[in-house]
Amino acid sequence: MTDAPRNGTPVEEPATPDAAREMAFHPLLVDLAERFPHAVFDVAPPAAPSPDEMRVPVPIQDEVQLPVAQFADFMAAAREAGYETFLDLCAVDYLRRNPRFEVVAHVLATAVPHRLRVRIGVPASNPSVPSITSVYPGANFYEREAYDLFGIAFDGHPDLTRILMPDDWEGHPLRKDEAVGSVPVQFKGSHKAS
Amino acid sequence: MSDPPSLTGGDLEAPTIEAPAHTPVDRDTAGDRRRLHDLWVAGTEEPEWVRDATDEGAQELLADTEEPALSVQRGTLVADDYMDDDTVDSDERQVINLGPQHPSTHGVLRLQLELDGETVRRVKPIIGYLHTGMEKTAETLPYTLGCTNVTRMDYLSPFANELCFSLAVEQLLGIDVPPRAAAIRVLMCELSRVASHLLWVATQGMDIGAISMMIYGWREREVVLGFFEAVTGLRMNHNYIRPGGVAADLPDGWEDEVEEILAVVPHGVAEYEELLSGNPIFLDRTQGIGVITPDECRAYGVTGPIARAAGITYDVRKVFPYGGIEQYTFEVPVGRHGDVYDRYKVRMEEIRQSLGISRQVLETMPPGDYRTEDRKVTPPPRRRIDQSMEALIHHFKIFTEGFKVPAGRVWQSVESARGDLGMYLVSDGSAKPWRLHVRGPSFAAVQALPVMLTDSLVADMISTLASTDPVLGDVDR
Repeated sequence: MTDAPRNGTPVEEPATPDAAREMAFHPLLVDLAERFPHAVFDVAPPAAPSPDEMRVPVPIQDEVQLPVAQFADFMAAAREAGYETFLDLCAVDYLRRNPRFEVVAHVLATAVPHRLRVRIGVPASNPSVPSITSVYPGANFYEREAYDLFGIAFDGHPDLTRILMPDDWEGHPLRKDEAVGSVPVQFKGSHKAS
Repeated sequence: MSDPPSLTGGDLEAPTIEAPAHTPVDRDTAGDRRRLHDLWVAGTEEPEWVRDATDEGAQELLADTEEPALSVQRGTLVADDYMDDDTVDSDERQVINLGPQHPSTHGVLRLQLELDGETVRRVKPIIGYLHTGMEKTAETLPYTLGCTNVTRMDYLSPFANELCFSLAVEQLLGIDVPPRAAAIRVLMCELSRVASHLLWVATQGMDIGAISMMIYGWREREVVLGFFEAVTGLRMNHNYIRPGGVAADLPDGWEDEVEEILAVVPHGVAEYEELLSGNPIFLDRTQGIGVITPDECRAYGVTGPIARAAGITYDVRKVFPYGGIEQYTFEVPVGRHGDVYDRYKVRMEEIRQSLGISRQVLETMPPGDYRTEDRKVTPPPRRRIDQSMEALIHHFKIFTEGFKVPAGRVWQSVESARGDLGMYLVSDGSAKPWRLHVRGPSFAAVQALPVMLTDSLVADMISTLASTDPVLGDVDR
């Protein structure tokens, strides 16, 4: 194995909106798809019910890609549509792709059940995303984590400070251009060696 | 403590030995303090070269000004950014820190509390003391080594982490595991839940004063850990469930050990309930304490026993079945009040349900392979390497590069002992993950602590904190 930088940045195949529209939407998503024409849905193909199973298989997870500006509005609409449980929010650094960052949120409709993944492309020049803490209070720590580790700012967050790293840490360690480095420790002299 | 006197300030008793003549002009503060120490305490001044040659491994602290990161680590530079001064309107109101070294915080959780007498008015959880960058580490480890990383996150139910990672990788690979491997995984995960809940009831009891509970819970957990040790060789951080199956087949006589667990643990649980369930002190300290409503659980992403105690029927094993768990019959216990007592009842019932699943696995354990026969993922048997060139190549590739996983992104949820443990895995087609994000259930639970703790008493706060069962390895990663 070599230490050369990996050149295999995940390649994104552009989803065609028209093709996605023709797919069968999950009942929860129909209204959302109408209200947000710029959203690119990637819905799982409907599975045929198999006769030997008691349960009719339903797609349990769908995905939607959104412009940054619509993030908060879409999440508010999704919560109204029935995705009442906040599950997760994280960021991914694709480094060589444009837009470089991606904020990925997962929300859950427990009663249906259905899981929705929302992906937001975030450019490196202006890494800023509307905060969804007013919609899902649980996003608070997750947005702080994404800010801490990736340097993505969440506009409207009540307390956007570092959460895992020390307050005066420089840099955002989970970015791909941050090396796996060492930390100064309390033994004297050791900080000179690093 | 007052500031250390400066060497040039003149407030030092006259040293018996003159300061060295070759004092460097731009000496640092640490050097000053060390020299001061030498003069003041030891009364001797050793030559510079002696100190340089002998200070390897010395544990003298650096000066605060020298390394700002260190002063934050030590807690000498802490900005109380959360508490506004102007809201403190009473002499009784004070801000204290609970943790990160407090024994009842179950690790290195730190809570900043604003107290009004005995009442907690505001809470700010401060985390990160155990952050070791495991998500960054995951990007540097091939998939073959990934499990040994994730198993250290939630160290009290490590099998759930391994299972979640393995299922995510298998989703991208598009491989299925043999029925026996799936059954072994279910067995280990459910027993892991039992061990975790036993530890929880032990520490919960101890935190609210039932010291004997600590010993009892540990006693039964030891039986389960003994089985884990017999199967995996380790009591924790097992690295046993791996992409493609499990690391090794169950050892001979495993049925007897599971039978022992199935005999000992229910007996123990009955004992705990005899000790706790009707105990007026226990009831006083748990009923109506640390209440969280179902809506708050959903909004804050709280899952697992905490949410089920509040009446949410969400269990990943039922809602999004994975790994063959749907073949087994079990109930999802649900509470009603969302308080500490209901969490206790839910966890006790979950122990019984998990033991029931283990009983079913024991009776229906299918024969066959314990890992997939896909040679891209599973190394060939040793004897094949001597016979087959292809086997040699596969062996070599797996142990040098690892196996490549098709590009894609995938979310996998499993029900760990603490709730919905999710992993978001992005692959770029190489042998290492491009990004692995772990959604720890404890992370959400710690975030919801202010909801549960605000306007409660300090003593109740300890009880509530214990009932959320946070594992800081899971929170900080």
